[in-house]
Parts: sequence; structure tokens; C-alpha cells
Amino acid sequence: MPHFEIVIDTELIRQTWKLFAAGLWVTLQVSFFALLIAVPLGVLLGLGRVSRNRVVRGVCMAYVEFVRGIPLIVLLLWIYFGVGNLLPLGGEKPAAIYTLGLFSAAFVAEIVRSGVQAVPRGQTEAARSSGMTYLQAMRYVVLPQALRTTLPPLAGQFIILIKDSSLVSIISVNDLTLVAKNLVASTAKSMEIYTALAVLYFVLTFVLARLVRLLEKRYAQGGHA
Amino acid sequence: MISVKGVSKSFGKHTVLSGIDLTVPEKQTYALIGPSGAGKSTLIRTLNALESIDEGEIIVDGVPVHDKKTDLDGLRSRIGFVFQSFNLYPHLTALQNVSLAPRKVSRKPAAAADERSAELLGSLGLDDKLNAYPGQLSGGQQQRVAIARSLAMDPTVMLFDEPTSALDPEMIKEVLDAIRKLADSGMTMVIVTHEMGFAREVCDAVVFMAEGRIVEVAPPDRFFTAPASDRARDFLGKVLNH
Repeated sequence: MPHFEIVIDTELIRQTWKLFAAGLWVTLQVSFFALLIAVPLGVLLGLGRVSRNRVVRGVCMAYVEFVRGIPLIVLLLWIYFGVGNLLPLGGEKPAAIYTLGLFSAAFVAEIVRSGVQAVPRGQTEAARSSGMTYLQAMRYVVLPQALRTTLPPLAGQFIILIKDSSLVSIISVNDLTLVAKNLVASTAKSMEIYTALAVLYFVLTFVLARLVRLLEKRYAQGGHA
Repeated sequence: MISVKGVSKSFGKHTVLSGIDLTVPEKQTYALIGPSGAGKSTLIRTLNALESIDEGEIIVDGVPVHDKKTDLDGLRSRIGFVFQSFNLYPHLTALQNVSLAPRKVSRKPAAAADERSAELLGSLGLDDKLNAYPGQLSGGQQQRVAIARSLAMDPTVMLFDEPTSALDPEMIKEVLDAIRKLADSGMTMVIVTHEMGFAREVCDAVVFMAEGRIVEVAPPDRFFTAPASDRARDFLGKVLNH
């Protein structure tokens, strides 16, 4: 029978933790800045999906369908090596941020769309009846209510974004995943390194998921629906 | 004044309004009654263009409602509309529900809008509910907030679409009392209702609808004692004898 032994290799930790920390920092940076693109763009796209203007609706729908129909890794390659050939994107890290941001925006758009559509029709009717314009009704009546229901799934989308960001190693962004790959290449300790990598991602997303739960609870209590 | 001329509307093959003619004079309260599916709600919703029409003309307060050139938002701000299901804004307090349109549509300063809104809520017996959220209010209280919300825009016309149909029986009176007060104050009103006693007592005329048409328009006393049409007699026989 094979025999396993769990040994904490303190020497390995001492040698690698700084590199891991640097990789983690890059992962967080890429995810965060991608989110800064994804949320405003996604909100606009989501509102466009429920617009009364057919052209706006069509364009936004096409974007969402197009992006959701392409694997992220393909989008990364296409933007970095393809688009990057024609336009200066400023290196692999910005390219990764743009790609992840554009990619996530499509999913944010769907969250926003479903949030807006979940607000009962009577709310818009009441607002319009009192003389509000379409935009005023959206801004003061529909969106504040939609935001409450979309905040938890939006936070969930951020967690997905962090996991998705591991793919940016394909265009040689020095994120957590690429750091681990390189360490395995130099130390040959694949089991140890990749276990550490998996645990790091898990801890990161688990902590965030807990925070989201707290957020959800607070909103459930504060809601007066 | 509300004037409806030759209005027709269908949803696909289904005709919901056909050749509606109706005039509601200034300062009068008209009840719109009839069996369900008669088109009462659709008709009242066309009066502020919550529903479009296929044919005809509707003039409210001197303005053609369904004319493309009409400033619909401006017109709607002068027409109060009260819904069966209240449709209060759940994320705002009672006071904020009432003052939102005065602040954002009429651009009144917040303090003035809030003061007037509190007055309106007070006059409807809701002094102690200013800061309550709709979810914390009973149905009757919510509907009174909705009435205050409509009144806050100083409407010249008030429309009520089955304002008491979603209420528990013990709350119907408080809402009807509020509407009665408005009628007494000389507001021009149209009310879709199933409250026959209320229609008889408060309204200046009863408009009886069936199958998308107006069958009969009559003063309430005559309508309830001696309806002219068989259709109305049949309807009253069903709703009054139970």
C-alpha cells in the first residue's frame, strides 16, 4: 500500500511565499480593475437590454450574446495577440484587465436586466402616472429597487471574476497561477505548489463569499418590500 | 372635464373597448361599474394613456391625451391615478412616496414638498405614519398614502381603478371615506368600483359597461331603482341580491 505523509515544508514556504504574495496581489489587481470596467459597462448594457429603443436593445443584446458565446481564454488570446496587434493596449496586464472587464460586463448586464425586470410593472406605471419621465422613473423608482436584488449576484460575479482571472496566465500576466506554474518548473514540487495554489484561491473566494452572505443578510433586514 | 369620443381598442382579435362615448363634467364624480371583463379598467387606464387606443379621441383638462404632440408627462402630473394594488414605492417612506413627484417633477424645494406631503398625509389620518415604509402599513393605510401621493401633484382630475378591491373588508370604509371627502371638495373623478352602495351614495352618475361598450349612463338613484337596460337589470340582480 502506498504510504502518504503530510509534512509542512517550512523551507519551501520560506522560499516561495514572497512570490505567492506578489502573484496574489496581481490577481487581486487584475480582478479589481476588471470589475471597475465590468460594473458601469454592464449596468449600461443591462439597461440597454430593457430599453424601449429597438436599436439600443439589439446592439446590447448582440454584445451580451457574442461575449457569452466565446470562451474567456479565446477572448484573451484574440484581444492580446489580435487586437493588440492593431491597437496599443499597454502590455499584457492592461490587456488582461480590459478582456476580463469586457467579458464580465456581459454577465453583469444579465444580472442588471433581470433585476430591473423583477421590479413590478405597477411601479413604473405609478411613477409615470405622476408625471415622471421614463428616465426619472428608472432613476428614482426602478433602479433603487433593482439594485437591492442585484447586489448579491453582482458580488457573486466578482468571485467568479477572481477565479476566471487565473486564465490570464495564458498571456503571461504574472498572476497567482503563473507564479505557481513557474515555481513548479524551478522546484519540481508540483504537488506542494499546486496544493498551495488551490488553497489560496479557495481561501480568497471563501472569505469573499462569506462577506457577500453578510451583505445579503443586511439587505434582507433593511428591505421593506 | 373629461371627454371620450368614439374610442375603440383591441388586444389582437379581442375587442376590449368599442365605440366608447363619455363626458364627465367638471367637479363631478362618475362611477364605472359592470361585470368583470367589461373593459372598465382598460377604459380608465386610457384616460391618462397607461393604455393606448386604436381609434377615437380622449380630451382631459382640454388636452388631447393620445395626440403624439401632447406633453404626456405634463398632462399626467395633473391627473391623479390610484391603483387597485396601491403600487407604493417599497424603498421609500410614506412621506417620501408622497413628496417624490413634487420634488422631481414639479421641482419643489425638498422642505416645502415634505411639509405639504405631511399635511396631506395628516388630512388622511396618517400623521403617525410619515416615516413608515409601505411594508409596515395595512392595506387601507397604503391606499390612503397612494391617494395622498396623487393629490400631492395638485391634480385637476382623479382616477381610481378599483381602489378597494384589494382591501380587507374592515379597511374599505377608511379608503371610501377619503374618496368621499374628495368628491365633496369638488374634484373631477372617475372611479371603477364594485362598491354599489358607495356609487349610489357618492357619485353623480353611474356608467354601466358590458362587453367593451357603455350600456347605460344614469343618475345613481334612477340606475339602482329603475335601470333602463336588461343588461343592467340582470347585473344588478346578481350583485345586489346576495
